[in-house]
Amino acid sequence: MTERITKNMAKNIYFGGGLFALLVFAGLTLDTVQQIPKLSNDDKITESVARGKNLWEVNNCVGCHTILGEGAYYAPELGNVFNRRGASDEATFKAYMSGWMAAQPLNEPGRRKMPQFNLTEEEVNDMSDFLIWTSKVHSNEWPPNIEG
Amino acid sequence: MKYTSQMVAKQYFIFALILLAGEVLFGLIIGTQYIAGDFLFPEIPFNVARMVHTNLLIVLILFGFMGATYYLIPEEAETELWSPKLANALFWIFAAAGVLTILGYLFVPYATLAEITGNELLPTMGREFLEQPTITKVGIVVVVLGFILNVAMTVLKGRKTVISIVLLTGLLGLAVFFLFAFYLPENLIMDKFFWWYVVHLWVEATWELILGAILAFVLIKVTGVDREHIDKWLYLIIAMTLISGIVGTGHHFFYMGAPSYWLWIGSIASAVEPLPFFLMILFAFGMAKQRKIQHDNEIALLWAKGTAVMAFLGAGVLGFIHTLAPVNFYTHGTQLTASHGHLSFYGAYIMIIFTIISYAMPIMRGRLHGNSEKAQKVETKAFWMMNVGMLGIAIVLFIAGYMQIMMQRWATDGSAMSFMDTQAEISTVYMVRLLFGLLFLSGLFTYFYSFFVKEDSN
Repeated sequence: MTERITKNMAKNIYFGGGLFALLVFAGLTLDTVQQIPKLSNDDKITESVARGKNLWEVNNCVGCHTILGEGAYYAPELGNVFNRRGASDEATFKAYMSGWMAAQPLNEPGRRKMPQFNLTEEEVNDMSDFLIWTSKVHSNEWPPNIEG
Repeated sequence: MKYTSQMVAKQYFIFALILLAGEVLFGLIIGTQYIAGDFLFPEIPFNVARMVHTNLLIVLILFGFMGATYYLIPEEAETELWSPKLANALFWIFAAAGVLTILGYLFVPYATLAEITGNELLPTMGREFLEQPTITKVGIVVVVLGFILNVAMTVLKGRKTVISIVLLTGLLGLAVFFLFAFYLPENLIMDKFFWWYVVHLWVEATWELILGAILAFVLIKVTGVDREHIDKWLYLIIAMTLISGIVGTGHHFFYMGAPSYWLWIGSIASAVEPLPFFLMILFAFGMAKQRKIQHDNEIALLWAKGTAVMAFLGAGVLGFIHTLAPVNFYTHGTQLTASHGHLSFYGAYIMIIFTIISYAMPIMRGRLHGNSEKAQKVETKAFWMMNVGMLGIAIVLFIAGYMQIMMQRWATDGSAMSFMDTQAEISTVYMVRLLFGLLFLSGLFTYFYSFFVKEDSN
């Protein structure tokens, strides 16, 4: 098969195909960027949610957990933890979160350990708001069940 | 070695190999933490060790690419490197920045590291693979720009071959897409979307151009096959890479908040993604078969063929298996991803670095025909130990991923097990993974040993 392809033809496929792919991807990106605010409820990003996202980052939470399936695979998925641990109720979830964060690291020998991050009550609240916001993102019905 | 300035590559190769040893060591640490959660806690928590593991990988690949480039560009351009001084200076800057960053991860809590490096001024930290403090990221940009300047000036003043142009294109792409690392919007979904611009467009687009160019260079050298023929293959491979790989970014946009049309577009484009890797196998084995010379450095050719095969298995096969949207619905974010990640990074990028080192290092050490037979025998042993080790890790993690899906994800009637319970069930499998990791480490030590095997007196 390849005998019939000359170097020049291969070169044209590379430049033509590469450029075509880039243009398609750029076009799709433009559309996606316009749709994401609606799909993710951008208008619901309060200051507290934004602060929560920053806390998520500067404590490297993604180094153990996944969020919407991305991250490390050492600790549970947190994109839907609001539904799993808070039964989709804000007060329940926030109560759970402050108890959970304060209890780390759990004194269970052999169990994977979550460090103590010494977050203030307000910071835990921000983190909870961020996770509540995340749980409402339109993610094509993922994950398959509540266990994440 | 035809040009004395090619010698600057040596330090890059040596440092890349040192970092690789560190990477594997931290891999074993987190592999142990998978079984014994208390291991090294609280001194080195999992997230820290994992960050060291993945960041060392990225930095060592960059060092390997830079070494490969400095070695092959003068020979391709038929002229001395534009500025060996710049290449040496950038080596020390990059090495110092890399070491400082890793020490920062290990000895300063991450939140404190973010604070003292001024993350709030330009927040970029805390995302997978992009954990580096902003100041380190700026340093990476400076180093890469200086590096590209050096390479481009060399190419401009000398012979322009397809290999050097493709390599330069890949390096430019690497630099351009890294700039998205500085974009960190408040909206997590937007953040994720452009995060893939760095991560995916590095490993499944621009880096593949670099890989293709290095592979083509080594194949020309050790097989003596006509350059025209090699060039044609290189174009075909990278054409398929870009056609499938760029839009193939869409396979990451299935379940993270992007529009639903990506389910189709991502699936279709990524179904083509194994093709460039398959072409790479035909390329490497075809050129080996048509070889015009019998190069004494046989192990370099073995690494080249091995790269094509393992990259195809890791990136092509294991990638394809979970890239279709309905499959990915269950596999997304499981150990299956880790399985694919390990074999593809190793098969494509670590092995191409071994390939170029295996070819270039003996020459830089004055052994123009490659290492002695004895040394090559040791290196061949290392080749198999590392390949079997990594293949074992990938297979075992694949099994772990399958078990995870069946126990934790499949049932929708409320009988599914929790994440932590599932992980406990899989722990025996993780033990086997650790054993393969130890095999890999022994392979790596054997490889290092091969550098010190004395040359035969004849």
